[in-house]
Amino acid sequence: MSLLDMDERLAELAAVIHIVYGPLVDTKSFPTQVDLTLVEGSVSSEEDLAKIKHIREHTRLLIAMGDCAVTGNVPSMRNPFGTEKVLQHVYLRHAPSEIVPRLLPRVLPVHQVVAVDAFLPGCPPPADALYFALTELLAGRLPDMSGYTRFGK
Amino acid sequence: MTVKTLVIDGRDVSARETETLLEAAQEAGIFIPTLCRLEGLSEVGACRLCLVEVKGVNKLLPACVTRVEEGMEVHTRSERLDRYRRTVLELLFAEGNHICSVCVANGHCELQSMAERLGMDHVRVPYVSPRRQLDASHKRFLFDPNRCILCTRCVRVCDEIEGAHTWDMMGRGIASRVITDLNEPWGDSTSCTSCGKCVQVCPTGALVEKGKAVAESVKHPGFLPYLKRTRGQQS
Repeated sequence: MSLLDMDERLAELAAVIHIVYGPLVDTKSFPTQVDLTLVEGSVSSEEDLAKIKHIREHTRLLIAMGDCAVTGNVPSMRNPFGTEKVLQHVYLRHAPSEIVPRLLPRVLPVHQVVAVDAFLPGCPPPADALYFALTELLAGRLPDMSGYTRFGK
Repeated sequence: MTVKTLVIDGRDVSARETETLLEAAQEAGIFIPTLCRLEGLSEVGACRLCLVEVKGVNKLLPACVTRVEEGMEVHTRSERLDRYRRTVLELLFAEGNHICSVCVANGHCELQSMAERLGMDHVRVPYVSPRRQLDASHKRFLFDPNRCILCTRCVRVCDEIEGAHTWDMMGRGIASRVITDLNEPWGDSTSCTSCGKCVQVCPTGALVEKGKAVAESVKHPGFLPYLKRTRGQQS
């Protein structure tokens, strides 16, 4: 949602960007070939893992957006305790094994699962960093994010 | 007092013989990143961020503990140094549990702002995610070792300025940690005067005042040079 923080600059980007998949798009399946994917969130469950591998195969550039995708952030706070302990603590002896995706033993940042082409840290990533990254990519360059990197805040 | 002349990043610099490379560079307006250093405390060279290249010396030298010498040729920026400094930072992030977004020191943390300043956009090594027990036994302060970078500022300020020496180091390598007294709960410490100097000099959210929410922990290490100065005038 931090995309929306770009405010009026969104109008300018909308003219040159075609959003084909995401929470704001009806399509349920990831298209076969995408130029650029901005991925939010850490790799926490088996479903996430399968999804991100599928996405990597079908996108030319993959950008890790936000601290969860870049570092694991809050979801990774379960790592020191281990998934089993956390599930037991939250759901006692009734840890869900169906419907809800099975959790991985460790929460991982995206780049530890698939190759990532650029990183946009921040919680949330600042609108200026997003805008800079997108305009650079539209110009055909991989963005050099030094000067825009910050964790947290 | 003897004055030494040397070259830092191609610039002629003169410094008193007692000065370090870091001091000489700072006086010349040349930035060298540091984390463990704090004005008013002794230098330990713990964080290795201030490593510089000195012509004729094969290994990298920490600028904070290297004295100036006549004719030295120093480089504070290079592709190799940038790479090493970034790696040092990444290892610090990977070794503990630094979750900036939920940290009381978010926005006021020297580790966080150094990562920003040096352009670190992700950590390339796997996170260790250690399980470290925090110590909330002290009435006013909290110690969260998950956010500790072992700079030893707390150890030094407690020993050198407060004279209590409640804090010290224990263990080796990745098992290293700071402890109070003989690894006893902080609240049970008989040497701690509860002065809070350790909290004020801690660069991260490892040592904080209790009752602070996310981003509320602002440190004030500025008392240190002031204390040193006034004490120097007394003696």
